[in-house]
Order: sequence, then C-alpha cells, then structure tokens
Amino acid sequence: MRVLALAGRRLAASLPTLVLILVGLFLLLQLAPGDTVDALMAQMGGGDAALAEDLRRFYGLDLSIAARLGQYLLRLVTLDLGFSAIYGKPVATVILERLPATLLLMAAALSFAFFFGLVLGVLAARRVNRWPDTLISTLGLIFYATPSFWFGLMAIVLFSVHLQWFPAGGFYEIGEGLTGLALTLDIARHLVLPTLTLGLIFLAIYLRIMRASMLEVLSLDFVRTARAKGLTETRIVTRHVLRNAMLPMITLIGLQAGTMLGGSVVVETVFALPGLGRLAYESVVQRDLNTLLGIVFVSALLVIAINFLVDLLYAKLDPRIVSGG
Amino acid sequence: MSGLRIQDLSILLPRGGDRTHALAGISLAVAPGEILCVVGESGSGKSVTASAVMGLLAPGLAVERGSITLGQDNLLALTPAQWRATRGARIAMVFQEPMTALNPLMTVGGQLSEMWIVHRGLSKREALARALAALEEVQLPDPAGALNAFPHELSGGQRQRVMIAMALALEPELLICDEPTTALDVTTQAQVLKLIKDLQQRHNTAVLFITHDFGVVAEIADRVAVMQLGHVVEEGPVGEVLLRPQHPYTQALLAAVPPLNAPPTRPLPDTGAVLELVGLTKTYASRGIFRRRKAVKALDGVTATLKRGTTLGIVGESGSGKSTLARCVVGLMGLDGGTIRIAGQPLTQDRQKAAHLAQMVFQDPYASLNPRRSVGAQVAQGPIAAGTSSAEAWAEARRLFALVGLEPEAVRRYPHEFSGGQRQRIGIARALAMKPEVLVADEPVSALDVSVQAQVLKLLRDLQGRLGLSILFITHDLRVAAQLCDEVVVMQNGRIAEAGPVAEVFTNPRHAYTQSLLAAVPGRSVLEAG
Repeated sequence: MRVLALAGRRLAASLPTLVLILVGLFLLLQLAPGDTVDALMAQMGGGDAALAEDLRRFYGLDLSIAARLGQYLLRLVTLDLGFSAIYGKPVATVILERLPATLLLMAAALSFAFFFGLVLGVLAARRVNRWPDTLISTLGLIFYATPSFWFGLMAIVLFSVHLQWFPAGGFYEIGEGLTGLALTLDIARHLVLPTLTLGLIFLAIYLRIMRASMLEVLSLDFVRTARAKGLTETRIVTRHVLRNAMLPMITLIGLQAGTMLGGSVVVETVFALPGLGRLAYESVVQRDLNTLLGIVFVSALLVIAINFLVDLLYAKLDPRIVSGG
Repeated sequence: MSGLRIQDLSILLPRGGDRTHALAGISLAVAPGEILCVVGESGSGKSVTASAVMGLLAPGLAVERGSITLGQDNLLALTPAQWRATRGARIAMVFQEPMTALNPLMTVGGQLSEMWIVHRGLSKREALARALAALEEVQLPDPAGALNAFPHELSGGQRQRVMIAMALALEPELLICDEPTTALDVTTQAQVLKLIKDLQQRHNTAVLFITHDFGVVAEIADRVAVMQLGHVVEEGPVGEVLLRPQHPYTQALLAAVPPLNAPPTRPLPDTGAVLELVGLTKTYASRGIFRRRKAVKALDGVTATLKRGTTLGIVGESGSGKSTLARCVVGLMGLDGGTIRIAGQPLTQDRQKAAHLAQMVFQDPYASLNPRRSVGAQVAQGPIAAGTSSAEAWAEARRLFALVGLEPEAVRRYPHEFSGGQRQRIGIARALAMKPEVLVADEPVSALDVSVQAQVLKLLRDLQGRLGLSILFITHDLRVAAQLCDEVVVMQNGRIAEAGPVAEVFTNPRHAYTQSLLAAVPGRSVLEAG
C-alpha cells in the first residue's frame, strides 16, 4: 500500500504538468503562421476569402485564442479530443488507428534494448578491460554515434534490397487479407528492422549504464561478503549483483520513454509505419491543431503511465524505497 | 596440527608503492578454541593478512613466498573450486562495516540460508529453518521477524549479529573478524564482543581477530600479535604484551591509548560563558501527507554552557543527538526552539557573520576536503569570502599551517598528498582561519590511528593554551573525552543525562546511562588496572 501511495503521489504531481504542456503548446502553435483552413484550402487547390471565412466560422477558428483554449480544456475534461478537419474524423479515432503501431514499436525496441543492453553490459563488466569488454564498448559507441535514419536506410539496403529477408516498410502486407497467427507473424516480420533501428541507440545507452553500474556494485562490500561465503561467481552475479545493478537501468526506462516517442518519428518515416510519430509530423505540416494537441495529450499520458509502472517496479525491486528512508 | 598456520608469508605490493612488501615474512598460528588478535595501525598489513587467508587478495597483490595451512591443507595450493568449498564452510569472515556488508535488496533469511543451500545442498525450506536457529543463537530480539526483514530494517549491532550468524553457520574451523566492532557504539560493541567470545568457546573455533583498538584486545584476546609495516614485531599472551610490552613500537602504541581516568581538574579561567545553549529542541518530523514516520526528538530541551578558553565535551552514542547539536551551533541547521548565544549575541541567520562565531572540524579527514583544490586555497577561502585580500589570506594560511605543525609551503599541495592526521590538521587550520569564537569539533579523531589520534589531541590542547580557544568537542569515545575536556555533558536520546566536570562525572557517575557507558568501555579491567 505504501508503494501505491508513493506512486499515486507522483501521479498526482504529473497532472498539472500535463495541463501546462497542453496550454503551452496551444499558445505556441498560435505563433505559427497559417491555420487548418489555410492547409485545407491549399489541398482543395485554393478558394476565395469568403469560403475561408465560412470554414473558419464552421471550425470555430474565428473566436479569440482564450475562448478557444477554454473550450478545448473544457472538452478535454470529458475526454473529448475534438474533431480533425484534415482527416474528417474525431481526433480520438485518428489517434487510436495509429497508436498500435507506435506502441508495438516502442515496446519491442525497449525490450530489445533493455534485454541486450543488460546482457552485453554484464558481459563487458565481467571481462572488464579485456577484449570482450573493448569489443562491446566499441560497438556500443558506434551504435550511439550513428544517426538512426542512416541505420534504417542501411538496414533496408542490406536486409530488404540485397538479402530480401525483411520487408522494407509498412506495418503489414495490405491486400493479402491475413488473419490470426499469420497476421501476427507478418506484423512481426515488418517490425524487425524498425525495432533494431530504434533499439540500437538505446541499447548502447543501456549497455554503458549497465556496465558502469555492474562495476560499481561488484566493488561493494556485500559482494566481498558473498565471495567470503564461497559462492560461485555466477551465483554472485545472478543473486547479488544483478538486481542491485539494474536499479539505474529501471530509472532510465522512465526517463527515456519520452525520448523514445520522439525517436520513433524518424523511424516511422523511414519505414513508412502508420504510427503516432508520423501523424504528429503530418499534423504540424497541416496545421491540424486538434490532432497535434491530441497526440501530445496521449503521448504525455503514455509517458506518465510508463513512469507510474517504473515507480511501482522500482519500489518492488528496492525495499528501501517503501520504508521512506 | 589443526588450526591456522601462517609461515614466513611475504606478499608483494604493486611497483611504485611506498614499500615493496605488504607482508614481509610473517609467521602466525591460531589453535582451535583460541583468539589471536592482530593489532596494528593502518598500513601495517593486518587486513592483507586476513584477505590472504581468505584467498581474496586484492588485484595487484601476489604471494611471493611462504605458506598458509589450515588443518592439513595448504591453502595457497587450492584451486578456485576448492577455495569456494573452503570459504564459508571452513573459513568464515565478519567484516568491519555492518551497514554495507549485507545485500540491501535481499532478505536476511535469504542471505543467511544461502550458506546451507550452496555448501550443504539443503532445500530452501530446510535452510530457512537452520537460519532461524542461527539467528536465535546470536540472540536477535525477534528472529522470526528478522528472517523476513531487509538489512536496512535492522540496527548496526543487529546487522553485525546477522553477519556473525552467517559466519558461524557451518561451524567453520577458522573465523576471521576484521574490525567487527569499530563501527558500533560502545555498549553494542561490548555485547557483540561477548557474543563472539561465547560462540567461539561453544564451537571451539579458532579466531583471527583484527583490530586497532587495544581496549578490544584486552577484552577478547588470548594471544596478541602486533604488526608494523608488514612485520610482526611482537607476539605473546595478552597479559604479557599489554602489561609488559617488549618492543618499542608496542610500548608507543600502548602509551598512546588515552587513559580513562581524567587528569586532575585544571583551574578554569574565570572568563564567563562564550557559548550558551538554552532549551534547544529539534525534531525530525515526518514530511508530506503520505509519509507518516514517527517523529524523532534529536534535541529535547538541551541546556549547556561553554566557558571561554575551555573545552566542553558532548558524549553519547549514535542517535543521542550530539551531531545535531553540533550542526545547530554552527548554523548549518535550524532549531525548532530554544536559543544559542555565542559571545553574548544570538546566533544569526547571516552566514557571513555566523562564520566568525563558530567553525567546525569534521569527522572524516578524507571526505571533508575538496580533492580538486589546493589545501591552501581551501584554508584561505573563508577569509577571502569575508573580505580579506587574497595575499593576506594566503599569508595567514601559511602562518596557520606552521601553527598546526605542517610545512608552510605545503599550502600549494592537494589533499591526497597528505596522510589522515595531516588532513585533520588542515581541517583545524581551515576552521581557525575564520578566527571563530567557538571551535566545534565533531569526532575529529575517531577516524585516526591511535598514535595519530594522540598527536591531534595534543595539538588541540596546545592551540587552546596558546590561542585561548573555546572548544565544543563531540565524541563517542570516553577515553578521548577524559583527556581533552574540562567539562562534559552526557547525552541520551536528545536529553542531557548528566553534566559536570569531567573528572567528577567519570569517576563518580550518578546517572545509570553514564554508568553503563563507562562500564562498556573496552579494556578497562586490563588497561586501567596496570
């Protein structure tokens, strides 16, 4: 219960942040030249000023900024994200269509980066300053230093064009009418390259953190105690060191959830994935304020939810947190 | 021959150290049922001896020659697998720092039962049953509860009991104790020493006990080996070595142990009070709506007076509130109630002014100096911030270095180039640079070796004589308090248990707590009788 109270307090503290972000973004976008109607008119191939005036009135864009902001926040309380003029659908529907791809990509990339970062970090720390450590650390540096779009493009060139192992883009084969297990496998095949591209950079970060944290924990007194008990090195690492060394990694997941959402814009563009990131980019170009605000709202909720889970996990892993010491 | 035998053991240090060998041909033997105390100051090689016997030498150290045998087995010839079967089962160790020696994320029961699971192949359930029995044997208050507790939920003394239970789990032939009571309060120390001795006699264990404290030696040892710079300079039965030391180094070490009986009260200068504490209260309360912790009264109506040019000792165990008091006096912490008056004025919130009223000498000479700045800059920094010109402040720093017994030209050097005792002298110079009305010394000698400790205490006494310093001296060590203080205040749970001239309080304690503290001072029976 103490854990829930602790995490609940963090949750409550993040609500004002959410409102601030939304208001800030709303005001910021008013500074950008042009609005939804300009974008719509451009799509239609132009029109006269009277039509534009009518459209503005229709979408409620003729009101003052304060009135529109007030309206938006009021609707938000009832979880109504508004209507997207560009897509001609409620924003909630647009976002829900795009959310699965992004969620899958994030979860896959995060798991990939976390798992392999952990394993490689442990390996590097166990062989510190010997060739496996040097090799792993160098690879990590290369992953970290390479821009992800370049990685994505090279992966497409190698694995899709030359080797033809994986598809070059998209979320699933449209037109094949796959269902059930076949569809799942197809989606998985499509997500391999994007996951690798997005995950490699984070893998490099996790790997470095894990290596440093393992080295630190290995030098602590209780590891010496474990050695003095006559435990094998494997048991020392798995039972005593690993859990202690993982704490900084867990913190990092919470911190990087937001970064990962940002990184997915690039990856979704490169691999033509119908995800939130690309939707956000398109909404900015089309001045689709409602959709953009909706995406920010959902992304913020996502980051808050992940951090809530991380808090719970952290408290579960480290009993000292709960006792409030 | 059973028990441990170390013969002609030499261990090389990495190149470039201040000497070539960590151990230069030492020979020691511990028989079953015997406690051998290895005494020495830091750098004497006593801890290296312990790690060599455990087969856990730090990387870079290598055995040059010699042998270590336990029973019939040559330990230096063991393979890593044989070592693992030996460690924990035949040789066990209790470490110095009970706060960090246990895994913080694993229950006490989990860590304890590992011994039987790994070495004896018991099931988790059987092992936990054994662990419970082991916790009962070390007299933990609630053994069943402790089994499921995490280390941070236990006190230091309780954790050390868990460590002892773990070490003795498989009835090892040899128990190595590396300063096991150094981090504990004096009453807890007395209990833990008694426990080790009881269990050792019951299980007929050979004990290699490493310590720097002759009081502890007097309490627990059968035989003593004194080490200096990698050599064993003297060895013999405890009574012989403590009462009739032969080697000059042993004699010097014993002479440096401050006697518990205070010197006769010196006539106190009648100069009036420089520091007045009236009804101080400070409570560490729960903060926030969700965090409900029991409020702790660190200071609960503390009233005391320090006369100008004298030393007032604040003694007590951890949690008694003595460090909180020190922080409040130098203005690092706000009070909840009461007033502090220094030289007649109430303590101001203004840091600049408060800096001239009270300055602090800290406990840890390694952590209290910035490793990236020259020591002179750290001494001169305070006066410069207060408006003294840089040249003047540096000249003053040089003068202060000479005053505390350091080379004046050493001001250009960095902290790592100094030993612990020298760093503490720098700490004193830093405090004196502000010409404070009151010098607050928070356990300034407890991290130092006994001979260095004696030098620093002598320095403080000299400085007091020459500069007329008024010192508020915080310590848990009654021997140190007896030597330095004119008056003493005994604190318990934030309250004053007893106060008065030190000779009177120590020879004729009226409060039960003072009596128990004095009774727990290790080595009284041997060291004070002679």
